Amino acid sequence: MAIEPRKPPSQLVIKLQRTLGGRAGWGGFVLQLLFVAVLAWIAYEIVANARANLQAQRITAGFGFLQNTAGFDVSQNLIPYTGSDTYTRVFFVGLLNTLLVSVIGIFFATVIGFIVALGRLSPNWLLSRISGGYVELVRNLPVLFQILFWYLAVLAALPSPRQSISVFGMFFLNNRGLVVPRPIGDPGFEPFVVAVLIAIVAALVLWRYARRQLYQYGRMITIWPYLLGLLIGLPLVTALIFGPPVSFEMPVLRGFNFAGGSRLIPEFVALTVALSTYTAAFIAEIVRAGILSVHKGQMEAGSSLGLHRGDVLRLIVIPQAMRVILPPLTNQYLNLTKNSSLAVAIGYPDLVSVFAGTTLSQTGQAIEIIGITMGVYLLISLVTSAIMNFYGWRISRSMG
Amino acid sequence: MKRVSLVLTLALATGLSAQGASAQTLKTIKDRGMLSCGVSQGLPGFSSPDDKGNWTGLDVDICRAIAAAVFNDGTKVKFVPLSAKDRFTALQSGEIDVLSRNTTWTLSRDTSLGANFTGVTYYDGQGFLVKKSLKVNSALELNSASVCVQTGTTTEQNLADYFKGNNMKYEVIAFASADETVKAYESGRCDVFTSDVSQLYAERLKLANPADHVVLPEVISKEPLGPMVRHGDDQWFDIVKWTLFAMVDAEELGVTQKNVDEMAKSDKPELKRAFGTDGNLGEQLGLTKDWFSRIVKSVGNYGEAFDRNVGAGSKLGIARGLNNLWNKGGIQYAPPIR
Repeated sequence: MAIEPRKPPSQLVIKLQRTLGGRAGWGGFVLQLLFVAVLAWIAYEIVANARANLQAQRITAGFGFLQNTAGFDVSQNLIPYTGSDTYTRVFFVGLLNTLLVSVIGIFFATVIGFIVALGRLSPNWLLSRISGGYVELVRNLPVLFQILFWYLAVLAALPSPRQSISVFGMFFLNNRGLVVPRPIGDPGFEPFVVAVLIAIVAALVLWRYARRQLYQYGRMITIWPYLLGLLIGLPLVTALIFGPPVSFEMPVLRGFNFAGGSRLIPEFVALTVALSTYTAAFIAEIVRAGILSVHKGQMEAGSSLGLHRGDVLRLIVIPQAMRVILPPLTNQYLNLTKNSSLAVAIGYPDLVSVFAGTTLSQTGQAIEIIGITMGVYLLISLVTSAIMNFYGWRISRSMG
Repeated sequence: MKRVSLVLTLALATGLSAQGASAQTLKTIKDRGMLSCGVSQGLPGFSSPDDKGNWTGLDVDICRAIAAAVFNDGTKVKFVPLSAKDRFTALQSGEIDVLSRNTTWTLSRDTSLGANFTGVTYYDGQGFLVKKSLKVNSALELNSASVCVQTGTTTEQNLADYFKGNNMKYEVIAFASADETVKAYESGRCDVFTSDVSQLYAERLKLANPADHVVLPEVISKEPLGPMVRHGDDQWFDIVKWTLFAMVDAEELGVTQKNVDEMAKSDKPELKRAFGTDGNLGEQLGLTKDWFSRIVKSVGNYGEAFDRNVGAGSKLGIARGLNNLWNKGGIQYAPPIR
């Protein structure tokens, strides 16, 4: 009797086995399947149990409340909002306030962080000690405490509206915030904007042209006088032809507060200052670590080419350091965004305050609102990560 | 605060205790040996702890009265301090058995939260506190003012309604806790602090110079404050409801903490019914026959509790006003014990 050799499993099956079950093969796959099934079952139980309990106690559930009238006001709204708008609108008002504080906070935290890091690495003894002291002081104090400090310190130092600190009779600083003249578009506004846009585009084209000349043919062209002429001259000429683009509405003290003008509320200022200085301390250490991770020889090579210290940093060291800096920097950006929810302590109307706070207690729909809020923070964090990852991918690609 | 509400929400979502507690609150409490009572984070006159951690106040006395009715011991209460925005979630999730925390009775709260109000412990209304130096005599002069308010209260909506209705502009700054709100008001961030009038009097005591601040005469809303229990346990609902009624009836019947033993021997039919020497009304509630005297012995009648905590005998010195008995010019009225 001839023994038939067993057929070897086809390549496809092996691949499938490996992908699904890892090294353990089909057994591993079954285990994984079981694990996912258990997870799904737990999730289902949680949802079903919550639904049953809510129904049994006749607690209102669902998302219908989003269409109801909010009936309360918010001190800072980037989109038009009144008390007769819906909870959906409140959600967006809060979300935009959160994003505003996060974006501006991230910007300043990055700028301060880089400056402090460079200061700490500076050969200047005093500068490096001051930078070091800043980092150690700021990152070792709780951030909520710092927010309260800035809020109460800022407020305590400022006078009441009737005794405002006035700058040229146009800017007023008091414990209700900084009041500035509000620009209002005039007939000359649209041509002015068009002129600015044209100037920016032309300047960019010119700049790219100059760079190509430099990189391909080694020719250095002085373009800054043309850029200046474009960016200032063109809008100026337009304004002369079509009339001034904006006029300013001056703030006037009326009753308790200033009427007219725009106002930066102290809650916003305190929160932004606290978050950006706090996060900057961490960013400074990350940047310092990144720069120190670049081999000393790179710096020396740059110097031996005759470049200034600033140029060496800008052109050689920092681009290489960015690969190390970027992942922990992303973490700090995410931390800042999440820390912005501490706003509730000082009455800044962020998402947690107006939506997970006021809206929650007015509707009582804790599960839905906390769920939405968590989802939003998750989404903001994922988008931030995605942007940073994209940036990191570009850096590593450009370095080959 | 965020963490608290998150934990509570999770507890609610997973229904850890919600189902178990729904039917047999009284049995759960007896097994535990403690009543769990949700109170404020510190509002003088209503619920505030002293430096030794002893809680006092009108809302606290309601908790003690319930504990006295159940255990014959008004000290068997675990007080759970809650912020305005966490209070309902704490009740829904079963963290507390009763919420006795200056909470305004409204239709939406009575229907959509899965909880019921059991009565009115204090008839309040929303008012405004301003600095005397502003020389404001009426809330109608508050156009363009900045107003500090505690978030998670009916106050925010009343405020919006009032200013809109009177065609006035204002700026609202909402804080999570009462202390932060008062601090911002004191630092000059706001011209006005708005809340229930009773709370304004209480918070004014915390200011550096109480005499420099004045409560404006306007009362812009109805704020009947009362305890809440979860839906689904009618026996427990009855016990909490009748504990308050017993205090009010005791005042009407002239029973006080001092004369309670004496009055228990009375031959008057309504007193005999209340004290359980005639009939078994207490047992019908699921309590004991002497439930009425237990309550009065522990905290006194409603009038005594009022005077001691918020009235003439307290630092707040609030007049009885609406909270006087119905036969003395107020609207406090309890159904008869029979």
